[in-house]
Amino acid sequence: MDGLLALYIFMLAAFTGYEIIAKVPVILHTPLMSGSNFIHGVVVVGAMIALGNADTVLEQAIGFFAVALGAANAAGGYVVTERMLGMFKKKEA
Amino acid sequence: MSLPIYVQGAWFLGAALFIFGLKGMSSPASARKGIVIAGYGMLIAIAATFLIPGLKNLALMAVALAVGGAAAWISGQKVKMTDMPQMVAIYNGMGGGAAAAIAAIEFARGDTHSTVTTILAVVGALIGAVSFTGSCIAWAKLQGVLKKAYRLPAQNTINVLLALNAIGLGAAMVVMAPAKPELILFFFAVSLVLGLIVTLPIGGADMPVVISLFNAFTGLAVGFEGYVLGNPALIIAGIVVGAAGTLLTQLMAKAMNRPLTNILFTPMVASGPGEAISGSMKEVGAIDAAAMMRYASKVIIVPGYGMAVAHAQHKVWEMTSILEEAGVEVKFAIHPVAGRMPGHMNVLLAEAGVPYDKIFDLEEINGEFGQADVALIIGANDVVNPSARTDKASPIYGMPILNADQAQNVIVIKRGKGTGYSGVENALFYTDNCRMLYGDAQPMAGEIIQHLKAMG
Repeated sequence: MDGLLALYIFMLAAFTGYEIIAKVPVILHTPLMSGSNFIHGVVVVGAMIALGNADTVLEQAIGFFAVALGAANAAGGYVVTERMLGMFKKKEA
Repeated sequence: MSLPIYVQGAWFLGAALFIFGLKGMSSPASARKGIVIAGYGMLIAIAATFLIPGLKNLALMAVALAVGGAAAWISGQKVKMTDMPQMVAIYNGMGGGAAAAIAAIEFARGDTHSTVTTILAVVGALIGAVSFTGSCIAWAKLQGVLKKAYRLPAQNTINVLLALNAIGLGAAMVVMAPAKPELILFFFAVSLVLGLIVTLPIGGADMPVVISLFNAFTGLAVGFEGYVLGNPALIIAGIVVGAAGTLLTQLMAKAMNRPLTNILFTPMVASGPGEAISGSMKEVGAIDAAAMMRYASKVIIVPGYGMAVAHAQHKVWEMTSILEEAGVEVKFAIHPVAGRMPGHMNVLLAEAGVPYDKIFDLEEINGEFGQADVALIIGANDVVNPSARTDKASPIYGMPILNADQAQNVIVIKRGKGTGYSGVENALFYTDNCRMLYGDAQPMAGEIIQHLKAMG
């Protein structure tokens, strides 16, 4: 990829992340940490590409490991975040 | 590799949904919707990846997805709310491990062609590996598998040497690209050990900050490996999380009044005897505590990690409901670093059914302690220690605290006479208006409920 273009993406993404967090109330910090943890689970896509290009057994083994870890990151991050956020409800006690 | 437009488009859509989802999570009302939106983004991105033409090992890939995904899905469903922090830590570590493993494959193939690509692959691999082993240690500590903080002699020196070593090996890999397998192996070994050694001496109370830091690390690692793979969706998701996580980490460290370097390099120890504390601790029984709250007009409850450990949140809410029926105004005051993750207490109270409009931040509630008849402190210690305001010798001096000492009466539910995590005596416990109720938070709250019911 064009290096300069990537640099622009880096910059804009960094500002986006900063802006999103800056306005979040403390009550949501834990779910948000968990939610952002889920989002970097997208690493599973990269792991799939790496495994998809793997030729030797060693590469396949590392690739398998990477995809399994990435999938766990995504799936676990989602479940945990969803469960936490599901508990936030307004007064109805 | 040029990819078909539908794959590119799906990744683009996925990245957009991630940002929408995170945005949704910034308000309690839309937060649930936010994570669901991000979830669809993830499904779309993964499904599209299968459609890349010429991809090998598809069966292996499907098995890996199923194994990793199912294991995490099931463990995530089962985990108790009090154990959430370590689950977040372990899932985060897995993401870091995946990023490092991607880099390992690229190195093994010699697929990093330009210098910039190699540098980013090395940096991503280093922080991914540190995040992997570091998060595993964080999990082990919070889960109680690792009970004590292990400190090596000259810990700080070893940390620095290891870090320099890892950076040096990484630099060698850039200069000598494509690197020999021995060098690659050695680089990963040192990086993994670095994560272990840095995290081992860090105590439980600092873990929220550390988990958040590793979360940011993994994000950055994912972003860098995204560049190596030429995948903008990975770059965007990774860097957004990296930036957000860095800010979140700083907010937390600031709330504890401890610079990040302190947390990573020096354990919290009392830096001297501190001011002499006069007075003595005065015990109170559950029945008197119940009576004090029953006939109060305003009670502020300050929960801490002790409430989480004792799983007392349900009892506490039951007690609160009884008090409210009796006409007592009850509010919850949450210190930013109470518990093991920021907002940990909010999550626990929400689980017990406490509506979030009864829960207040430090700035919102601190002015109200003066009008409160009773401040009930459940398993919290350092966050209500008035020494933080006055005693310059105290290691927690300068940390913003909840002004529980300004309430008419203070009741402290606490397991024993020990000091808090910081190892500092709490001057609050010795003040005239403070009473100690010794015991585990859950049975104690239960006893108070019994007495409240008896009072009608």
